[in-house]
Amino acid sequence: MNTKGKVAGVIANLVTVEVNGPVSQNEICYIKMSDVKLMAEVIRINGKNTYVQVFESTRGLKPGTEVDFTGHMLEATLGPGILSKNYDGLQHDLDKMDGVFLKKGDYTPALEDDKRWEFKPIAKIGDTVIAASWLGEVKEKWMPHKIMVPFKFKGSYTVKSIVEQGEYKINDTIAVLVDTENNEVSVSMVQKWPVKIPIKAYEKKPRPFKLMETGIRVIDSLIPIVEGGTGFIPGPFGTGKTVLQHSLSKQADADMIVVAACGERANEVVEIFAEFPELDDPRTGRKLMERTTIIANTSNMPVAAREASVYTAMTIAEYYRSMGLKILLLADSTSRWAQALREMSNRMEELPGPDAFPMDLPAIVSNFYARAGFVYLNNGKTGSVTFIGTVSPAGGNLKEPVTESTKKAARCFYALSQDRADSKRYPAIEAVDSYSKYLEYPEFQEYIKESISTDWVENILSAKNILVKGREAYEQINILGDDGVPLDYHQAFWKSELIDFIILQQDAFDDIDSSTSIERQQYMMNKVLDVYNTNFKFETFEEVNPYFKRIINVFKQMNYSEYKLEQFSKFENELQDIIQEKLMIVE
Amino acid sequence: MKTTAFQKIYIKIENITKATCSLHAQGVGYEELAIVNGRLAQVVKIQGSLITLQIFSGTEGISTNSEVIFLGHSPKLSVSEELSGRFFNAYGLPIDDGPDVDGKVVEIGGPSVNPVRRKQPSELIATGIAGIDLNNTLVTGQKIPFFADPDQPFNQVMAMVALRAKADKIILGGMGLTNDDYLFFKNIFENAGVLDRITSFVNTTEDPPVERLLIPDMALTAAEYFAVEQNKNVLVLLTDMTLYADALSIVSNRMDQIPSKDSMPGSLYSDLARLYEKAVQFPSGGSITIIAVTTLSGGDITHAIPDNTGYITEGQLFLRKDSDIGKVIIDPFRSLSRLKQLVIGTKTREDHPQVMNASIRLYADAANAKTKLENGFDLTDYDERSLKFAKKYSERLLAIDINIDIDEMLDTAWDLLNQHFSVSEIGIKTELIEKYGKRKVNEIE
Ligand SMILES: Nc1ncnc2c1ncn2[C@@H]1O[C@H](COP(=O)(O)OP(=O)(O)OP(=O)(O)O)[C@@H](O)[C@H]1O
Ligand SMILES: [Mg+2]
Repeated sequence: MNTKGKVAGVIANLVTVEVNGPVSQNEICYIKMSDVKLMAEVIRINGKNTYVQVFESTRGLKPGTEVDFTGHMLEATLGPGILSKNYDGLQHDLDKMDGVFLKKGDYTPALEDDKRWEFKPIAKIGDTVIAASWLGEVKEKWMPHKIMVPFKFKGSYTVKSIVEQGEYKINDTIAVLVDTENNEVSVSMVQKWPVKIPIKAYEKKPRPFKLMETGIRVIDSLIPIVEGGTGFIPGPFGTGKTVLQHSLSKQADADMIVVAACGERANEVVEIFAEFPELDDPRTGRKLMERTTIIANTSNMPVAAREASVYTAMTIAEYYRSMGLKILLLADSTSRWAQALREMSNRMEELPGPDAFPMDLPAIVSNFYARAGFVYLNNGKTGSVTFIGTVSPAGGNLKEPVTESTKKAARCFYALSQDRADSKRYPAIEAVDSYSKYLEYPEFQEYIKESISTDWVENILSAKNILVKGREAYEQINILGDDGVPLDYHQAFWKSELIDFIILQQDAFDDIDSSTSIERQQYMMNKVLDVYNTNFKFETFEEVNPYFKRIINVFKQMNYSEYKLEQFSKFENELQDIIQEKLMIVE
Repeated sequence: MKTTAFQKIYIKIENITKATCSLHAQGVGYEELAIVNGRLAQVVKIQGSLITLQIFSGTEGISTNSEVIFLGHSPKLSVSEELSGRFFNAYGLPIDDGPDVDGKVVEIGGPSVNPVRRKQPSELIATGIAGIDLNNTLVTGQKIPFFADPDQPFNQVMAMVALRAKADKIILGGMGLTNDDYLFFKNIFENAGVLDRITSFVNTTEDPPVERLLIPDMALTAAEYFAVEQNKNVLVLLTDMTLYADALSIVSNRMDQIPSKDSMPGSLYSDLARLYEKAVQFPSGGSITIIAVTTLSGGDITHAIPDNTGYITEGQLFLRKDSDIGKVIIDPFRSLSRLKQLVIGTKTREDHPQVMNASIRLYADAANAKTKLENGFDLTDYDERSLKFAKKYSERLLAIDINIDIDEMLDTAWDLLNQHFSVSEIGIKTELIEKYGKRKVNEIE
């Protein structure tokens, strides 16, 4: 018998329930209003009073209303069919809901019970298996979706029987396993997992080291992220966090993208809904939507479900990682999740930490980021979850609890600057202050040397250095005036502008410029560094600015042209001519 | 508010604070309305049988034996075509001596649109103001505020935009409007002969501030009626949302909630997002566009109200006085319409995006030149040219008194670019320079 209770108090979506039996922290319950059932989660237990956060509006809720407890935590439903779905924060299928408006308590199933999947066994009778071992696979669109031993299973099992290749529904038994005490358990193609608990059914999690290509120059060529790495993008409003995440979701070299739209604008998700089914994934030729799953809990959807949404998304990512896939998880914005925690903590009258956020915010954030990673599965294959979250700092000030907590947890820092956004220098990543800790990993350096080139990392350092020098020169020019500084300062500044305009800046809305292959990035970086290393002859500082503007202009035209095709070469030649004009002849 | 017979009357209030009172009652639902001594109140807290009511107009004079009647529902509005041309208060009651509206009674603050049912906004809203149409193009279904200091003519600009926007219906939600501004809106709509397209919900400075909290929901409920039931393109004007947020903070303060930044409630983001996200393009053709006003104090956009607003809305339009030309302009740096990408270069001429960006970049160079000048340095020839360009650009394009169509804006921009800059300084795609700038790209620099 599951525990029951009665509503005793209501303040917004915090409801007090008097219970008649055992309840556990984070247990899910349903509040049975006359016409609908509202889903809620236990967040504090105090004697016979249990506090639950309701994932819905509580308008009209009356004391005395009955509550049913379920005996389990908030769980994700994992099985074939997740790919390309649009879910809400609790993994209800948004497309299955009727009507234009969301209805309270309209909890649609995450998967299709009666859809048939072509199952091919991988495991054989007599095999020893453990949690996450691959029993078989079904083709989910293009993806070999592995059917695994449920993650909840402890210890080892022997395969007693497994079905033959054929069509099955997700709830059909596809294998029978026997544990060490000879108990039989049947396994279907679907399993449940509590979203707040990391899935750890892998062998080990080394430091990540493989570059993850994003096609975004300032990232790949200056602040690279790795498969299984973590990064975050803080920036004041309107500086380009979402555009950057959308670019990542379109271009990053991953098998699957999980997008958690967490407390942000609905129209931004609609953009994905509208575009992704149409856009091609350049790597595979398939539509982008075929590698994407969206968890949409936009800002007008229930606040408590916002917090759940990032966990739901992470659990789905971890599930697919266990199949040996590269997953990129994006969350926009993690600040909204932190704010959801703050709202609840305030309602429960907990002792507040800085800016009224809960005291344990740093721990919550770092536990979440720790779920990302590159793993070796038990069968020796690898998989990864790369996580990049945005942060929306209050007042644009990075000294606030969410940014500070995240900075401790994430290894790449992509700071968007208001100044750069104001002057339309997109993506507005402040390349000097931002960093990638992976650049310091010897295993990463090694990997780059072997797979890309020996001078990639070195070039990154040179480019950063040029930017720093340019910034210093600019400051001096501003203090001393154009003619108060040596000519070199003007050159130093303009050479850094060259890197800024040609490598850092990238038009996310241009078909060609928006995504740059690694090969092309390398080519352009070398070209830019060549110009940097060229000694130019100028008579006065007044020649420097117009001259470099011409160079930058031609370089930009190259960025807008198809790589190494006619136009591109034309501009390249033009560039050569311009450089010849001012070449310092060394006798 | 009318009451019906057989409703139970409570006459024993236990607690009274500045904004709330509490009493024991049975069978009361969360957010249900009540009438306390003739004043409207709403349930904000239930603890067993102890019910806490927020009284919108304040608790002055409420006594422990005042009559309390529960109405059994949350705030409602009666919606029908009869809303057109009418003026209402925060409770949705007529303030124009007209009759009550006969129509379907709906709860305000209703459910959100399922994101998968939304359509991507795609219809350009032309305002004739180049600072908007050229640099920050608006689209139906968008939500965008004016950020302005209190001395800027934001209500005038907003009214102008509303009149030129060709919306089927305009809903005005006025919060803390001065009586003068209320009359301004009334007159300007009357004079333009568009009163029949307009519905207004008004809370003036003479009304209790907490009542304002109902205004946006009233306005948006009316908007949803027109957009959903009649597939109309509805424009909602909300002014001033800063006063709305102030009312939120008054309430949360009186209820002893822990404030976060700038004494605002920790839920400010969600509270504002719930309203602004009502902006939507419906699949059936109707739409709700929200243009709001958020007044700033001393231009500070890091204050919690504009800050949270900026994180919610799809851009912002910054009003600023340009001292060089002595006019109010739409500041090209801090202003942004995030949905412009959906229409510029496709619904407008193909050179639009690049001309827009190049002009703003060059305008920024003028700002740098100005700093140089202020610091007492010599200006280069380029600096001089960019300063001249910037002044003309302000005068002929950014000033809010401009009223031209978008092609003319683009031609004007080319005109100014050509007058002041070389081809490489303009730095945009050569085909566009040749086609629309009417210049030869290999001309002598
Ligand atoms: N790479 C880019 N190229 C061109 N324009 C860009 C780019 N990045 C951002 N923008 C411009 O900036 C606008 C705001 O970007 P975006 O919506 O990503 O900001 P944000 O940081 O997510 O803001 P918020 O915190 O309010 O959600 C975009 O609508 C677009 O006009
Ligand atoms: Mg964003």
